[in-house]
Parts: sequence; structure tokens; C-alpha cells
Amino acid sequence: MPDTVPGSLRAYLHGLPGVDEVGVGRRAADLATRSIKTTAKRSAIDLAISMVDLTTLEGADTPGKVRALAAKAVRPDPADPTAPSVAALCVYPDMVAVAAEALKGSGVGLASVATGFPAGRTSLEVKLADTSAAVAAGATEIDMVIDRGAFLAGDYRKVFDEITAVKEQCGPAHLKVILETGELVTHDNVRRASWLALHAGADFIKTSTGKVAPAATLPVTLIMLEAVRDYRAATGRQVGVKPAGGIRTTKDAIRYLVLVKEIAGDDWLDPAWFRLGASTLLNDLLMQRTKLATGHYGGPDYYTID
Amino acid sequence: MTDTFPRIAVRRTYKLYVGGAFPRSESGRSYPVTSSAGDHLANAALASRKDVRDAVVAARKAFLGWSGRTAYNRGQILYRVAEMMEGRRSQFAEEVGAAEGVGKARAQALVSAAVDRWVYYAGWADKFGQLLGGANPVSGPYFNLSEPEPTGVVGILAPTGSSLLGLVSVLAPVLTSGNTAVLVASEDAPLPAITLAEALATSDLPAGAANILTGRLSELAAPLAGHADVNALDLAGAGGLAAELEALAATTLKRVRRPGGDDWDDTDPGLSRIKPFLEIKTVWHPIGR
Repeated sequence: MPDTVPGSLRAYLHGLPGVDEVGVGRRAADLATRSIKTTAKRSAIDLAISMVDLTTLEGADTPGKVRALAAKAVRPDPADPTAPSVAALCVYPDMVAVAAEALKGSGVGLASVATGFPAGRTSLEVKLADTSAAVAAGATEIDMVIDRGAFLAGDYRKVFDEITAVKEQCGPAHLKVILETGELVTHDNVRRASWLALHAGADFIKTSTGKVAPAATLPVTLIMLEAVRDYRAATGRQVGVKPAGGIRTTKDAIRYLVLVKEIAGDDWLDPAWFRLGASTLLNDLLMQRTKLATGHYGGPDYYTID
Repeated sequence: MTDTFPRIAVRRTYKLYVGGAFPRSESGRSYPVTSSAGDHLANAALASRKDVRDAVVAARKAFLGWSGRTAYNRGQILYRVAEMMEGRRSQFAEEVGAAEGVGKARAQALVSAAVDRWVYYAGWADKFGQLLGGANPVSGPYFNLSEPEPTGVVGILAPTGSSLLGLVSVLAPVLTSGNTAVLVASEDAPLPAITLAEALATSDLPAGAANILTGRLSELAAPLAGHADVNALDLAGAGGLAAELEALAATTLKRVRRPGGDDWDDTDPGLSRIKPFLEIKTVWHPIGR
């Protein structure tokens, strides 16, 4: 449910303190140097696996590929049952029914992108229909994109109302709002868009679609983590964060976990409040996990390609 | 009137060669390299297990591209390496002389032999296939063709005694057939290997096709032998570690070439170092119109 913003939305968003670009970059870079080894690394890898939103968003997705990926989501490492399941499988709306069937009873969430992903350049009616179709087919989470054009043009009210409308359409499904930070140009805009989505009722704020470079970066994620932390302090409602796109290695993933702990706090170190949107990351996490177990490095030949 | 200051020496930093770039060791460590007489020559990067892993990733990434080149093109590029080495003759001769404690004439001869070895294996690039493969006669209306293919990523422990000629003699045959290599240079005489890397980097060899690490054999050999993404192992310089490494390689079913039986001065080693790093693929194809 959206809460009320005091005064005009525009005045409110532009009244947010500006982002110190250099400071944010330095802070993110400092935290990225932290060394996580041995047992801490082992638990970080398992936590990261359980936070992965295993994603396939290709024009070439087939029901077979989605089923194969669903099997992998439930049991990432067939050779090792102690590897945790991932948090959710993320697919296009037309693949939700296939994925729902494959994931039935597994406890793995089913996320669907919606609202004209990835550009979001459709009418509100189409966006709402897209959303309700995905929910009806069995999606438990909806990843919507904001209208970046309206946001950059300063029409914050339109963006706000769209999020509110989609949230209503979601019903019981969780709503993740994709800000597409790569198109927002400035860090100030990222902070504004984060607060806009928070007030409009998002359950999660997500960095990117993965279709635009740059996708998720540490500084942008840091700004969003600050926003959810401050939002909870102000309103009492906790909202999750999901960086997506460009996170490919275990080292990257662990850097994000350090960021979560240091910026938002331990409460967010949970798959319910932090997700990693990725496709190739999972294989690297599994490879590192196997390395810790067997003592020797594995190779991509030992893991599924998708 | 200006005073003339003595020129400040520009000292060379010997780094690793991974993925076409020259990084320092991920660990930040280095170790002193001395001549055979015990004089300090330079500090070389002391690679870590992590560098081994990075090098294997780079080699795997380069494999499709390098093995996909035509044999003729690979030959051209190996010949180009010889050209690039020729231009650095004096530098190589100096380093080989210091490392192996040989006189100027012998050092020059060793460099010449190393350059010639690239030319030798450049020539093999489009010829070993005819010797190892061919059309097999079968009792049916089929073409049956066998063709050698590169094994994949090959881990090489370079020989310890021969810092340049031995190094080229193990690296060139692996590359000529389309394998990519992760090579651990001689621990005591790594400088010619890094100079060779600088020649490789300027010779059209794709980034990652050859990767050269310097450091302790005892530290680098085991992770290389155990790495599941390394397909074959050349133990030329393994010394006393050979048996242990072979056992480690067996856990991931690697092809292993045992050390020994090498004469680096032999100008015509033939297929002896090419064949161990090849797989024979046989295809059946129906005859008909």
C-alpha cells in the first residue's frame, strides 16, 4: 500500500540529499577489498546460492530450457544434495505456466518480469494485463520496470501511479520494481527513483533489467541499500533489494553480501530481503563450493551450460 | 648552465603473462632471481594458486578461438613468434647466459636453436594431421575418416635445466596443434620465459593461448595438476614431484606426459611432443549421391 508523501512528490524527491559520487565510489571500493576466506566463505557461498534469482530472459527461451533451469533451481548441484536451492526462478510471463508446473511443491519462488519488460514502453492497460496474466499463471513475484522516460521527463506522478496500479494488480504476489539504473544517468536520480518506488509500495527495488549496460554496480546498490535502511527507520516497513545483471563471479557476489551487511545491516542478509539476479553466477558459486569441498578447482565442463 | 644529472636506471619489472596481459601476481609477492653464479639479477613475480586458476580460465577462454584457426594460420603465427624473438636476440642471449652460466657463443647458439624451434613447429602446424589421421578402409559404403584434434588446455611444467630452448621445445608443440597452454617457468631461471612472453604478446598469438607463470614449482604444480579444467599435463620439469602430480592428475582423467627422454639439442624431435596432446576423432559418412 502506498504511503503519503508530504507535499508535492517533485518537491519531496528533489529535497532528498544529493549523493556524494566520490564518497559512494570510495566506500563501495573499500568494502570490496574485504577478504572473506575459509568457513566464512563457505557460508557466504551457500547464502549467495540461496539468494539467487536464477534468470532466463531470452527471446530464444523454450519450455524445455525453462524446465531444465527449474530443475537446476531446485537442486543446483545434482552431485551434492547439501547445496541449497536458489530463491526463485525468473522468466518471461509466457513461460510462467511451464515454470510453475516444474517448480510445484519445491518451495522455490517463481518470479515473472512484466509490464512490457525490458523497455516498458506500452500503455498502462497492457502493463496491468501483463501483470495479472503472470499472477494468474502462478507467479509469486512480479518484476516490473518503471517508465524511465516519464521519470527522466520529471513526470514522477505517472511513475508513482503506475507502480501503485501494478502493485494492486499483483494481489498476493510480491512486487519488485526495476529502476534500470543504467538509464537513470545520475546517482541522485537513483536515490530519487528508489524513494519513489518505496513510497509507491514496492516490496523489492531492483537495479536493472540486465539488458542495459551498465547493469548492477556496487555504488548503485549501495545507494539503494541506504534508501531501504532509511525508509525502514522512517516508516517501519522493510523492503528488499535486488541487484541484477553483470554479477558473474563468486567474488562479485560476496562483495554484494559485504555491502548488504555493512550498509543495510544483518536483517537484510536473508533471501527474503536480498536477491541476486543472475544466470551465469550460479555455476561459479557451485564451482567455488566444490573447490572448498574437494580442494581442486573445477571447470565449466562439469556444470550445465544454462 | 645546467648540471648534468646521472641518468636514472630504467629497471624492468618481470611480471606474469596471463590472458594476453602482464599482471603482477594476485598475491602481490615476488622473489629474487639470481644468476648461476649467485648474483642478483631481478625480482620475478611469485605466482599463487589463484594465478594458476586465472591462467586456466584465460586458457579455456582462448581455446575455441585458437583451435578454430586454420592450421595454416597457426603456422604463420608461430613463425611470427620466431620473427619477434629474432629481434630480441641480444636480450635473450644475455638472460640465457646469466641463467645457465654459459659463454656468449653457447648462449647465442641456444637462442638460435630456440628461434629455429618455433620455425620447426610452425611448419608442423598443417602437417601432423596427415601423419596421424587419414581415411580408414572399412567394409561398407562409408567414408571413415580419422582426424587429430587438440586436447584442450595443457598445463606445462617447463624444464628446469634449459631456460629458453627447453621452454620453447615444450611450449611450441602444444600450441601448434591448437591447444592452449598454462606454463610454469623454471623456478630458478624464469627471466627468459618472461622475455619470451613479451615476444608472444607482440606476435599475433591470441590473448590467453599461452599463459606463463613464474614462482615456486611446489606451490603451483599441485593446483595445476588437480584443476578439473586442465585436460593434459606435461611434466617435463616436474622433477621429484612427477609421481605425486601424476596421481593428482588421474583424479580428473588428464592426459599426462611423463618427464624424461628429452634431448633439447635434437633439431628434429618429430611428433614426440605433438602427439601426446591430441585426440583422434573418427567420423563415418555414407558414400552416395
